Amino acid sequence: MEDLRYLDDVSTLVLDQEKCIGCTLCTQVCPQSVFEMQGNKSQIVDFNACMECGACVNNCPTQAIRVSPGVG
Amino acid sequence: MNPSSDTAPKKTGLSTTGISIMPSMDTSISTGAAQNTDPLAAYEKPGYKLQSFVSHFIRTEAGDIPVIKTRPGKDDLFSSFYVRCGINRHRYAVAPGLYAVGSPDKTSEVLVTANFKLTFDHLRKELEKINAWILVLDTKGVNVWCAASKGTFATRELVARIKAVSLEKIVDHKQLIVPQLGATGVSAKEVKKLSGFRVIFGPIRAKDIPAFLNNDKKADKHMRQVTFTLYERFIITPVEVQIVLKPALIAALILFVLSGIGPEIFSFSNAWQRGLLCVSAMVSGIVSGAVITPVLLPFVPGRAFALKGMITGSIVALIILILSSAAASGASGFAALFLFSVSISSYLAMNFTGTTPFTSPSGVEKEMKQYIPVQLGALVLAAGLWMYSAF
Ligand code: SF4
Ligand code: SF4
Repeated sequence: MEDLRYLDDVSTLVLDQEKCIGCTLCTQVCPQSVFEMQGNKSQIVDFNACMECGACVNNCPTQAIRVSPGVG
Repeated sequence: MNPSSDTAPKKTGLSTTGISIMPSMDTSISTGAAQNTDPLAAYEKPGYKLQSFVSHFIRTEAGDIPVIKTRPGKDDLFSSFYVRCGINRHRYAVAPGLYAVGSPDKTSEVLVTANFKLTFDHLRKELEKINAWILVLDTKGVNVWCAASKGTFATRELVARIKAVSLEKIVDHKQLIVPQLGATGVSAKEVKKLSGFRVIFGPIRAKDIPAFLNNDKKADKHMRQVTFTLYERFIITPVEVQIVLKPALIAALILFVLSGIGPEIFSFSNAWQRGLLCVSAMVSGIVSGAVITPVLLPFVPGRAFALKGMITGSIVALIILILSSAAASGASGFAALFLFSVSISSYLAMNFTGTTPFTSPSGVEKEMKQYIPVQLGALVLAAGLWMYSAF
């Protein structure tokens, strides 16, 4: 969300591009538009918008994404 | 369901749903004739009541499926997305299972949703002129967003529900449209593996579903982003206030008692006068933290909600304290009331992070570690100053 921003540099989101197979699911499920496809790889374009909902993690077929709220 | 009200030959925009007319002379006369023509009469069972949103049934290989009306009554005013998860006091639920809108057939889409009544109503309201199946999951009367993070709107429930309604007998295809906010609980890959059905994540808002279906099931970027508009923030503030109502009443009683303590040990006139000042400081803190800050959220400077609450709280407290001529209780009294009000506002604003659709748990944790000591410190200081000002 552009007009509402929460704290920066707190999300525990990690994307391992090596593992990404370019299925685009993360770009579809993320409610904060954190990812964008660049070529056939997903890329984090708005890290600080991540609210750690886990939708991307739950749907990435290759476990390329991780969030771990509560352990950071 | 009352036969006389539902067999009216032509339905107008005026709906009688939800109104159950007491048996009276003229309805009992018409009942005899109505029974033959009422298609719903066959579905009446002793001890059960047909839901008012069911218009008729359609026959399928997997049994008779209720067709629901797409125009609910006016009791549907609330956006169903942002109710605070966990304090959903009104668990209005619809029975989980399969429903239909329009006249769907074996090629029609299957839309998945939660069994929170408001979510269900929200969805069906948007489905006029659409023929589709609606698969309602048992989320214990909780909306999609909250249920997905709680694990009730989840892969397991979806797969079980597909089997329970024999979905493969209803449609020829193997595709489901699941609301995007359910993705936290539903894994498309797992659903495919366990049921053979392919999950397509549909738009966040029900109102975008017709456009999504027309657009070859592709969602635009705006359909995929959560919003938190002024209106959405506004309509959830009553919930925020409701949460603090009881603790606030108890606090008010304590404040009156504490305010009575003074040079003459205990004075009722002090308790009343100074107590009133305390309570007005508290109320202004509540209004600022639970109503004004949430509604004006993007316009209040700062990122941390606790900070936003302090800023709004300071302004509101100053205005209220000056208007209530709190200065009469001296500089220390004034400072006490100010600190008290601001710390309440800050705390309640911070509490609001639990309701917003963009705050990360890690961020909330950081904010709490940082600001709770400040809020507590201010509170203790306020109490000390207040006692001091009495002497
Ligand atoms: S955790 Fe949620 S908000 Fe964060 S990137 Fe994944 S889908 Fe987006
Ligand atoms: S969901 Fe995983 S594999 Fe698919 S595009 Fe995103 S990171 Fe890549």
